[in-house]
Amino acid sequence: MKDKLLNVSLSPHVYGRFSVHQMMVDVVIALLPALAMSVYIFGLHALRVTLIAIVSAVLFEYIIQKFMLKVKPSISDGSAIVTGLLLAYNLPSNLPWWIIVVGSLVSIGLGKMSFGGLGNNPFNPALVGRVFLVISFPVEMTTWPKPLLTDRWQLADASTHATPLAIVKEGLFAGEAYPDLIAQIPSYLDLFLGRMGGCIGEISALALLLGCLYLLYRKVITWHAPVSMLGSMFIFSGLLWLTNPAKFADPLFHVLAGGAFLGAIYMTTDLVTSPMTHQGMLIFGTGIGIITILIRVFGAYPEGVSFAILIMNAFVPLINRMCKPKRFGE
Amino acid sequence: MRDSTINSKTFTIGGVHPDDHKLSADQPIKDMPLPETVYLHTGQHIGAPAKPVVEKGQTVKVGDLIAQSSGFISASIHSSVSGRVEKIDQVADVTGHKRQTIIIRVEGDEWNSQIDRSDKLKGSIDLKAKEIIERINNAGITGLGGAAFPSYVKLMVPDGKKAEFLTINAAECEPYLTADHRLMLEKGKELIIGIEILLKALNIDHALVGIENNKVDAIETLQSFIGKNKRIQIIPLKTLYPQGGERQLVKALVDREIPPPPKGLPIDVGCVVFNIGTVYAVYEAVQKNKPLVERIITVTGKTIKNPSNFKVRIGTPISKLIEAAGGMPKNTGKVISGGPMMGKALNSIDIPVTKGMSGLLLLPDSESTRKPVLNCIRCGKCVTKCPLGLEPYLIMALTEHGYFERAHAEKILNCCECGCCTYICPANRPLLDYIRLGKTTVNKILREKEKK
Repeated sequence: MKDKLLNVSLSPHVYGRFSVHQMMVDVVIALLPALAMSVYIFGLHALRVTLIAIVSAVLFEYIIQKFMLKVKPSISDGSAIVTGLLLAYNLPSNLPWWIIVVGSLVSIGLGKMSFGGLGNNPFNPALVGRVFLVISFPVEMTTWPKPLLTDRWQLADASTHATPLAIVKEGLFAGEAYPDLIAQIPSYLDLFLGRMGGCIGEISALALLLGCLYLLYRKVITWHAPVSMLGSMFIFSGLLWLTNPAKFADPLFHVLAGGAFLGAIYMTTDLVTSPMTHQGMLIFGTGIGIITILIRVFGAYPEGVSFAILIMNAFVPLINRMCKPKRFGE
Repeated sequence: MRDSTINSKTFTIGGVHPDDHKLSADQPIKDMPLPETVYLHTGQHIGAPAKPVVEKGQTVKVGDLIAQSSGFISASIHSSVSGRVEKIDQVADVTGHKRQTIIIRVEGDEWNSQIDRSDKLKGSIDLKAKEIIERINNAGITGLGGAAFPSYVKLMVPDGKKAEFLTINAAECEPYLTADHRLMLEKGKELIIGIEILLKALNIDHALVGIENNKVDAIETLQSFIGKNKRIQIIPLKTLYPQGGERQLVKALVDREIPPPPKGLPIDVGCVVFNIGTVYAVYEAVQKNKPLVERIITVTGKTIKNPSNFKVRIGTPISKLIEAAGGMPKNTGKVISGGPMMGKALNSIDIPVTKGMSGLLLLPDSESTRKPVLNCIRCGKCVTKCPLGLEPYLIMALTEHGYFERAHAEKILNCCECGCCTYICPANRPLLDYIRLGKTTVNKILREKEKK
């Protein structure tokens, strides 16, 4: 044994099962049921948008790292795939390909690489891309295809359709009473299963919940931020609804419609842009819930989840300063 | 899984659960054959090194005093073999640094006549509290769990403090190690008497023995020897690292939180913590008049031929232990003194066994190197797993950038170096390495401030 040197390092000498790569793979697995649901509802267009978003996101990350930053590309960690996937989930399935590519460029370039890559971005990159597109292409980004009931596997242009949130928002704005609008929107069961118009990944709360259970089981995420976000949305919108049931939508509708579940499960739990402590996650989620309802009810847009999350992302450093873990023995 | 049926206590924040790998749990404790030479460091405990009282060429018997304790926090060293003092020289210890060492060439196995070497159980405790403490001091007993703090000091409760509980650490929460487990299975009766001795020395009547519930047989064995004795309680603990850390142990057993270091000690919450291995040494010292000349060591690893538990004389070169366990596998990449979570990686196997060495773990090449370090992804796992409620990611960043005052304010000195943060980090970040560096620097800054 004299010829062989021993390795020396400080303890610990064994390591746990978590790795960045594995956690990204777990997130992708968790997102698959929602993709399946979306293909079922919107046809192959959903798949088309998703693939374009993923491929362009990975490509932009590679190009920026290789040729602009001149560092070793880290696309193998899988984070660009997750960003592309999440961006696609926030887009309508009839979006032209070049808008998707622009979205990917903004997500990866502006949202992630300009801050130093994975781990350093203060804002959720997929949402940076989405919000950029919402502001730049308001028409394309708010024109959703009608859910398919026949001719499921066609790739032709489908007729367009407003989301439940948009129907309610416009109706209430025009002075209609909320109970009269209920007839125009899908039932709660349909909202839960995903039989409604909307962005690719947001429609089916059921499929998203399946992924959520998987991520909880794999200990990639904790319940704190999603539960506090959905809970605060429910309570806040419930209070408004109780003051005037004719003027405000009911809380169950707010939670089931739009991107609440997608945001709660996959965006508020984004490791990089959420607080470090459980207490911080609760404050973070609560803030997102309240801002979402404020935008939906009083703001210009029918949907407010992405703005709410980005706004609270900006508060994360402050939340981390404020919410220290309880020190043992003090 | 029987262990899941036990209602077990635990600490409340943080902790990780590495794979057990208790490969040697079924291996009875075997006597290691005598080596040809032993190497006894004069400083193998926390505190001042002992002063040699023998000279080159002098003959000694097993148990003879060869180096005298040199202060309040210090421990005497006794010869672990009979033979001739070859020389007093500088020999490397687990850290790789050279220390003053008494080297004895073994001749026969002759024991000091005052030591009772019979296996007969001696139950009656004849000594008074003061005499017990003196005997433990004279026997050179230190904590056998790893830190090797002189044991008699813990029994001298400072003025103004009051001991209420004797808390015995039998958690053995480090993966791989089984020395304490085997001891409990094989020497249960002696251990119960040892606990009674410590209770008498402290003049209290409440001992709590914490054992992780992956050792159901040990829990049952000790329980069966206690019978109706109300003074001693066996408490099953959840298998969760670092259950055997003194802060976590006391929290689990009596639900009290020891204040943070450097000032906070178990006695501040009325507890005196002893390792179960130390309890056995106490039994032998007090009832058999036997100084600390041997200890039990687990020699283990996935690649080693015969994972074993050895009773071994202090000062035996560890290469002999590895040989006795089937030799060093060719693909060995790392040799660790202690367990995989807090043990020290050795740069050579030409070092001797010390009082604080609880195990030898051999890791193959494939488990001996670290993975590439990635950016922190701010997942917060290090924060939720830290059993002391610290923020390792933050302390590492502060140390990295030289913000030592802020690191101090973020309680860097509270860190017990358990390694949960580095263990759990998905980005393979060397959190604890930086925290250690930061601790050293902060301590240095504090000492300089004090001087001014």
